[in-house]
Amino acid sequence: MELIWEGIKHALQLIISGDLEVLQITSLSLKVSGIATLLSLAIGLPLGTLLALGQFPTRRFWVSLINTGMALPPVVVGLAVSIFLWRSGPLGDLRLMYTPTAIVIAQTIIAAPVVTGLTVAALQQLNPRLQLQMFGLGGSRLQVILLLWREARLPLLAALMAGFGSVISEVGASMMVGGNLRGETRVLTTAIVLENSRGEFAVAIALSIILLILAYLVNLFLTWIQQRGTRN
Amino acid sequence: MKNPLLEIQNLSIYRGGKRILNIPQLAVREGEVLAVVGPNGAGKSTLLLAISRVIKIDEGQILFRSQELSIQMEKAYRWRIGLVLQEPLLLDANVFDNVATGLRFRHFPKTEIKNRVDLWMERLGIAALRNRSARTLSGGEAQRVSLARAFVLQTDLILLDEPFSALDTLTRTALLMDFQSLIASTNQTAIFITHDLDEALMLGNRVAVIIGGELRQVGKPEDIFSAPADSEIAAFVGVETILPGLAVSVKEGLVTVQAGNYQLEAVGTVNPGRPVYVCLRPEDVTIWRESEVPISSARNRLAGQITNLVVQGALVRVVVDCSFPIVALVTRVSAMEMGLKLGQNVTVSFKASAVHLIPH
Repeated sequence: MELIWEGIKHALQLIISGDLEVLQITSLSLKVSGIATLLSLAIGLPLGTLLALGQFPTRRFWVSLINTGMALPPVVVGLAVSIFLWRSGPLGDLRLMYTPTAIVIAQTIIAAPVVTGLTVAALQQLNPRLQLQMFGLGGSRLQVILLLWREARLPLLAALMAGFGSVISEVGASMMVGGNLRGETRVLTTAIVLENSRGEFAVAIALSIILLILAYLVNLFLTWIQQRGTRN
Repeated sequence: MKNPLLEIQNLSIYRGGKRILNIPQLAVREGEVLAVVGPNGAGKSTLLLAISRVIKIDEGQILFRSQELSIQMEKAYRWRIGLVLQEPLLLDANVFDNVATGLRFRHFPKTEIKNRVDLWMERLGIAALRNRSARTLSGGEAQRVSLARAFVLQTDLILLDEPFSALDTLTRTALLMDFQSLIASTNQTAIFITHDLDEALMLGNRVAVIIGGELRQVGKPEDIFSAPADSEIAAFVGVETILPGLAVSVKEGLVTVQAGNYQLEAVGTVNPGRPVYVCLRPEDVTIWRESEVPISSARNRLAGQITNLVVQGALVRVVVDCSFPIVALVTRVSAMEMGLKLGQNVTVSFKASAVHLIPH
């Protein structure tokens, strides 16, 4: 029990004192996972829309593939990205291994199937005849898609939250492609693993609390957008 | 005759290698309401979606103002039509925004949108619902919003797919009446799909019958009903006698209708001066030999001549010309006993309560 109290006290100290290293780790976490989430949205929203509304023979196959991708283990993604970015790998010349960019790439690969899969589900729960009705009122393809996104805004924001949740909390890929380099690629989750292995439980607990608060604040913001205009 | 606004030529649509719709020729003239009727699954909705260019046509063409629709014309054409489906399919927004949907697609200026939406909400009796969320509307209200959303576009053509069939009887009757006067006052050209013959008679200037994906007959409502082109159409329309007439007077729940040379009596509530269709089911019509007409409570008695006799199983379908054709069904045994034959003079009778009046 004392350990936990110590941890909480330490966390408060770290937050209040504005510890530079903690601040830097937190902001890197937020930045990397935020960018990865936005990138996965940029990929997942159009791709999910295509898979939900498009009519082509291999559609079901791709949907099942995406749904499988939603359960991709981060360490497998970390391994795959490592192989590509490794000095002698196909993209080795880009020198991205052990950089924040490498973490962004890995996290985007983790979050994109989540956002895509949930986008497909969000749009497929709309009445399929709504699309016809909107075309029948003179809407262009783009106008109709924008309207359908608006109609499905609640589950679409849920997709975004799930995407963010999947990357802010993962550690395997960040560790493998980022390397947990102090001041460069250390994020909250990798720092927690390190502090834990060093027996610095108080610091580990403090970082965990910060991670939870961060996740909460981001989701609070998204939930606020999501629930605007809906009934209590 | 005016040039058709829309003309369909040799249109075919296939699904899974099977032809599900075949329309050799069908036209809609400006200011006309074409009612497309047929049993469920006949291909009526497919036709409407093809006309609205939401689904592809496999063969044939659609001419709009005598011009074939090219890819370049597609957008301009789609902006000249409005579609109303059976379910209202409103957006999760307030009534005003729902009605404004199509105008916003067309990038109308804000003030124009406001003026038009207000006007059409007023005309459809939903002005008071302006700021209500579409989710909180009743079925009838929602369908009014859906109609306003299409009419507000003031397009050359409105396509309606069974817009009243999902409503309860009371709501439906009220909306039908409003809709009828709206169509009449705006002279809106429309294609109206229904499986309900009353609706087709009430709203259609002409009726097209589609059965099994085939266009089977097109004509004035009274022609379709009095002279169905084949037995399937006859079966679908219930082999009714349909006469155009005029309500002359109403007294104690009995409407007197002038039809041809005869004054007929019917139970109903139609205002005098209103044009109506007099509908009569053949099983409600009795035939008497001229010399044997009994004293009975049947209020309507007409003299005529048998012009057609068709045996249908145990029944005989008899057409009697009383300056307009009246169809009666009698059993084969009765027909034989009475010795009915072509050219014979007979009297037909039917009760006032057997007459169904449809205001037109």
